[in-house]
Amino acid sequence: MKIILSTILIVFFSFGVFANESEHKEVNTNEKYNPVPPIMEHIMDAHTWHLWGAGHDAVAIPLPVILWTEKGLVTFMGDEFHHDTEGHHIVTKNGLNLVNYEEKIYQLAEGAEHLEFDKDGVVANIRPIDISITKNVAAMIISLIILCLVFFAAAKSYRGGVKAPKGIASFMEPLILFIQNDIALANIGEKHYKRFLPFLLTVFFFIWFNNMLGLIPIFPGSANVSGNIAFTLALSFITLLLTNLNGNANYWKHIFWMPGAPIPIKIFLIPIELIGLIAKPFALMIRLFANITAGHIVVLSLVSLVFIFKTVYMSAVSVPFTLFISVLELLVALLQAYVFTMLSALFIGSAVAEAH
Amino acid sequence: MVGSIAAIGAGLAAIGAGIGIGMIGGHAMDAIARQPEATSKIQTNMLIAAALVEGVALFGVVVGLMGL
Repeated sequence: MKIILSTILIVFFSFGVFANESEHKEVNTNEKYNPVPPIMEHIMDAHTWHLWGAGHDAVAIPLPVILWTEKGLVTFMGDEFHHDTEGHHIVTKNGLNLVNYEEKIYQLAEGAEHLEFDKDGVVANIRPIDISITKNVAAMIISLIILCLVFFAAAKSYRGGVKAPKGIASFMEPLILFIQNDIALANIGEKHYKRFLPFLLTVFFFIWFNNMLGLIPIFPGSANVSGNIAFTLALSFITLLLTNLNGNANYWKHIFWMPGAPIPIKIFLIPIELIGLIAKPFALMIRLFANITAGHIVVLSLVSLVFIFKTVYMSAVSVPFTLFISVLELLVALLQAYVFTMLSALFIGSAVAEAH
Repeated sequence: MVGSIAAIGAGLAAIGAGIGIGMIGGHAMDAIARQPEATSKIQTNMLIAAALVEGVALFGVVVGLMGL
């Protein structure tokens, strides 16, 4: 065992010998390396799934681009842009000229060759409605497949009757029981918790699996799904809907006419509670987005240190730090899924709570 | 002068997070010292409170990122 581990370590350390700049690029060693564009590229969504390489010899998995334009549905594969995100390469479909500028697809005006920028440097062209399968959507589908594989396997093992779980079910059962007892039952109460348990379980495992997959640096991980504010917006919007559509009279009374307070305070509390209606799911959204994105930015910045100092020996400092932060990110992945689920359960519980 | 005010704002938010989570951790240590049998309960609640405080601090970081 020790011999195997030492061999693996020696093999990994010897990769440093092969690290060098690619021969056909002009390297200006006096130019400062700007780490912000590559970091932003890793965090944001994209129309192709970039695997390795840079510029023209990048290797990427092409993903379908689906646009609803004024001329109907336009579909093509993302690699038709040939890895260009500066708005130069024009793809012509259905008589429309489309360019990809910073991973947003814009429609060029008739006969125009370049994008139009207004006085603030913001792109002035129109964007067709973009419903493509981007990197984040593809990553969500992958985590969906993993979720289905894990949970259908776990469910199947219970088919012969309820007994002590074996295999994957034995790992999932304590987690599911934890969510059922300590999150759902404790916050929502005996009467209503079963209705909301599927939502809470789904939210917990979906967020957790997406967080974990985002920490893996290569396909099928490497897509920053839970750090995408649209993803967290959708989840917290569902929590908002569930809370307010299931609110009983007691819940609305607490918002509009807080019992137990003097009348001037009751009136003063109305706008505050109304803001709180929106602010609480908003906080859910920002909390998950910022935690995951900040974690990814920290890891990417630590790796960028090697490029900023332009020496491979910086990796002796950078890699242990990155390892430590990645372990912390594993904890954050689980913790943020738990906090999201617990706060959703708390809000739903306050919506269905009986007066006491 | 290099840098931006947004970075200073994000740094201030980090101070807030550091103070808040440090206090939570410190009180949790005191509680564990008083009653070691309750360690796991205290630990769970400490992590939840730390995640909530961190959420607020990350509001500040997000606004800082927007200002970059």
